[in-house]
Order: sequence, then structure tokens, then C-alpha cells
Amino acid sequence: MSETIEAITTYLAPRRLDEALQAMADGEATVLCGGTDLAPQTESGARQYKARLLNINRVEGLGGIAADGGEIRIGATTTVAEIRRSAALAKIAPVLVEAAEHFASEQIRNAASLGGNLCNASPAGDMSPPLLVLGAAVELACWRDGAAHTRRVPLEQFFVGPGKTVKLAQELLTAVVFARPAPGFVARFRKSGPRPALEISTVSVALGARVADGRLGDVRVAMGSVAPTPLRARHVEAALEGRPLDAATVAAAVAAAAEDAKPIDDVRASAWYRSHLVKVFVEEVLDDVRGN
Amino acid sequence: MMSVETEIRFSLNGRPVSLKVPATMKTLAMLRDRLGMTGTKYACGEGECGACTIEIDGKTVNSCLMYAVDCDGREVVTIEGLRTPEGLHPVQQAFVDHGAVQCGFCMPGMIMQSRNLLANNPELTREQAQRGLEGNLCRCTGYTKVLDAVDAVAATNTCGGRANP
Ligand SMILES: Cc1cc2nc3c(=O)[nH]c(=O)nc-3n(C[C@H](O)[C@H](O)[C@H](O)COP(=O)(O)OP(=O)(O)OC[C@H]3O[C@@H](n4cnc5c(N)ncnc54)[C@H](O)[C@@H]3O)c2cc1C
Ligand code: FES
Ligand code: FES
Repeated sequence: MSETIEAITTYLAPRRLDEALQAMADGEATVLCGGTDLAPQTESGARQYKARLLNINRVEGLGGIAADGGEIRIGATTTVAEIRRSAALAKIAPVLVEAAEHFASEQIRNAASLGGNLCNASPAGDMSPPLLVLGAAVELACWRDGAAHTRRVPLEQFFVGPGKTVKLAQELLTAVVFARPAPGFVARFRKSGPRPALEISTVSVALGARVADGRLGDVRVAMGSVAPTPLRARHVEAALEGRPLDAATVAAAVAAAAEDAKPIDDVRASAWYRSHLVKVFVEEVLDDVRGN
Repeated sequence: MMSVETEIRFSLNGRPVSLKVPATMKTLAMLRDRLGMTGTKYACGEGECGACTIEIDGKTVNSCLMYAVDCDGREVVTIEGLRTPEGLHPVQQAFVDHGAVQCGFCMPGMIMQSRNLLANNPELTREQAQRGLEGNLCRCTGYTKVLDAVDAVAATNTCGGRANP
């Protein structure tokens, strides 16, 4: 195995958040968490290291799931395996656990972090659609004028393009937060890929809504791998909001999916196949909710 | 320009080691090229096949993706650490007894992952084993005998909780 010769001049593995933020304050640090995206991307030459390699796995307070209050908080270094095993999340936000369940292999899940999944900003990132339907926001922290500053960005405004987010090079994603879903909230996630393990989603769909009297309210629908970023499917949402959940509404939502999904042909699937799958998944998640 | 080297210390199969590694070196390369532990195999190098599976703090990971610097202060177990004073580990013995090994290249990873699954769930079902081994590819066996071997260990409950006795 050839080790790529890189110009990393400093390696840091701080224990305190302040130290981590200071180490990236000039924007010249590459953040390392699980490495499951960083390693292949740098080995292949798709990405270059910056001068400083900043391992955030030792930073205290960056991991863990706080699910007691009205706001649920998942630390950036929390692994997909931890999300999958979380009894609290299984009760509060089973849609996230379901997405973790269908994520790669156990070896990858043990290393892959939530923060890394979002910061990698793949249109196929599997944590994004469920978090979008949960109305999640990310916390971004940086060091400025001798102090730590944190801002919150709604996840739907976070992604800009493949591999691109609004996060600045000096900012660390510290946590993902979302309001505890109200009683009556239901959510579903579907993803498909060429093989059961290790699938990079060909297409994924998540639905979240409040169900009352056979009608859907506060509908959020999110899709992965159908555009340059994970996105909210506004046309599908409009076709569902406030409507009785009957066959006509499902048909309208399936038709609207074509307006939201603008997939491309790539090595994993054709645009035609993706458009078709999105419709199938929209129908499946709605039928599933109807069956409840 | 070479990457900066960092001194790390960790436990390898129960024994303390310390060495200097470049910041970008992966754990697999460190094990094989720096520490002479060639039991752990390099196949895809991309996290797809599981041949490089090791245990770190009780959890299995692909060592081809893991940065060696991140081993600092942790407990690493490789296939070399499974052998007991009496001989093969019960999972290794079951693989032999069931003819689950052909060319053998995937086996260190397959056995590390199987042992971890069994240690965490002594009543592992065949379906759970199948799912738990999704990240381990084998080009020879067709998996049936691998699952037979894992089943046999589950049935006799002979897999201890810790990799390193
Ligand atoms: C074989 C294989 C299968 C995979 N299967 C799936 C799958 O099924 N679904 C899926 O969604 N993904 C999959 N992935 C991709 C990857 O595992 C995930 O995206 C993972 O969550 C990345 O997390 P990480 O901790 O490994 O990130 P890293 O590789 O450590 O980091 C990823 C990127 O984010 C940056 N970063 C990390 N954390 C932070 C932070 N807190 N703040 C700022 N920047 C940060 C890093 O600098 C880097 O650019 C797979 C990868 C492999 C190799
Ligand atoms: S060599 Fe690491 S997963 Fe294939
Ligand atoms: S025995 Fe040959 S690859 Fe598995």
C-alpha cells in the first residue's frame, strides 16, 4: 500500500473544544473524525490535506446523545452505530435509527460519525433525509476574537452542492439538534442500492408528518441522490399537506415527485431509473403510513 | 514533503507498543509494515471488503480506513491476538472444522467480525450473523460454511466476551 506523501506539518488531537476551534481558526486544518470519507478521498487524490490534521475524536463533549428535554441533541462525533443502538432515539425518532440500520456495514458504522456524514455533503448521505424530515439544524462553532462562537443553520440550508456546505473552513460542526417530535408524528425512510450491504443509496426518500383524523399536517418530505444535494421535496409536500390520506392523494404525491426529483445518470443508476424509484418510494412510505 | 510523524502508544493484543507514525498512515499499513503483524489483510483498501477488520476498544473497524494516529491510547486486537495458550480460538477452530476456509485471504477479517458478533450476542441467529457479516466479502466459499461455523459456535456458546484472554 502506498502512503501518499502529504505536506501535513502538524497533527493535533485536543481534548478541549476551545483548543480544537483555535487549531482551525485560520482555516488551515483538515478535520479527521472516523476517516471513512477522508481516507478514500485523500488516497485517491480527490482531496488534498491542509497543513494541519485535526483529530476531533478526543474532544470532550462532542459525542453522545442527549434526549431528555424538548430538544434532542446528537454530538458530531456520535457514530452511526451509536445512533442505531440508541434506545432513546428508537422511541423519539425511529426514522433516524432506521436509516442507521441500513447504513453500510458494522465496521463502517462503528467508525462513521454523524458530523462526518453531514460535512461530507454527499447527495447520497443517508443521515440527511431523516434529519431533514425531523426539521433538524446543525451547530457550527468557530474561534473569533478570543472566544468560541456558535451559530445554528437549518439543515435544509446547510448543503450547497456535492461536497459543499455553508460551513466555513474555520467552523467545526459540533452537534445536530431537533425539537422532540409532537405526539402523532410519524416518519418513514426508504433507500435503495445495488447490494444489501454497503449500499451508497441509488435513491432515498424520507417522510415525516403529523397524522390526525386521517389527514397529514406539517408534512416534510426529503430525498437523497436525486439532485446535487439532499433536498426537501416541496411539490410532494404541497400535494400532501392537509389532504385526506386516500388513494387520490397518494397518486397526486407520486405525480408531484417528478417535479422535485431531478436526478442524473451516473455509474450507479440512470436518471430514468432514479425517477422511477423515487415514485415507488413515495408511494411505499405513504401506503405504509396509511396502513398504520 | 513527508507528513509529520507522531509518537503513539497503545495496547496491541494485550501488549503495550509505542512507535512513530506519519499522520496520514492507516492502521493497516502500520500493523503490516511497521509492526510485522501481517495476519490482517489488505484487499480493497476502501472499506468495502472487511479483509482488514480489527477490533479497537471492543468494536470492529476496517483498519485500511482508520488513521494509525487514532490508535493512540486505545486497545487494538488483531487476528494474532485470538490464539489462546491452548491453541486456536474456538471461532478459528469452528471455521477449520466446518471447512469454511478456502484460499483464506478473507478469513482474518471474517473471523474477527464473527468473533465480535458472537461475543456481543452469544445467541446469535443465522440471520443476525448474515447481517453482521455484510461487510466481509469472500470470493471463494459462498458463505454457507462460514455461517455453519458461526452457527456451531453460537450453539455451543463457546465464545468468550473478550478477544484477548
Ligand atoms: C465502504 C463504505 C460504505 C459507506 N456506506 C455509506 C452509506 O451506506 N451511507 C452513507 O451515508 N455513507 C456511507 N459511507 C460514507 C461515510 O462512511 C459516511 O459519510 C460517514 O458518516 C463519514 O463520517 P466519518 O466520521 O468517517 O467522516 P470523516 O471521513 O472523518 O470526515 C468526512 C468529512 O467531514 C469533515 N468533518 C468530519 N467531521 C466534522 C466536523 N464535526 N466538523 C467539520 N468537519 C467535519 C472531514 O474533514 C471530511 O471532510 C460509506 C463509506 C464507505 C467507505
Ligand atoms: S482492505 Fe479494508 S475493507 Fe477491504
Ligand atoms: S476463502 Fe478465499 S476469499 Fe474467502
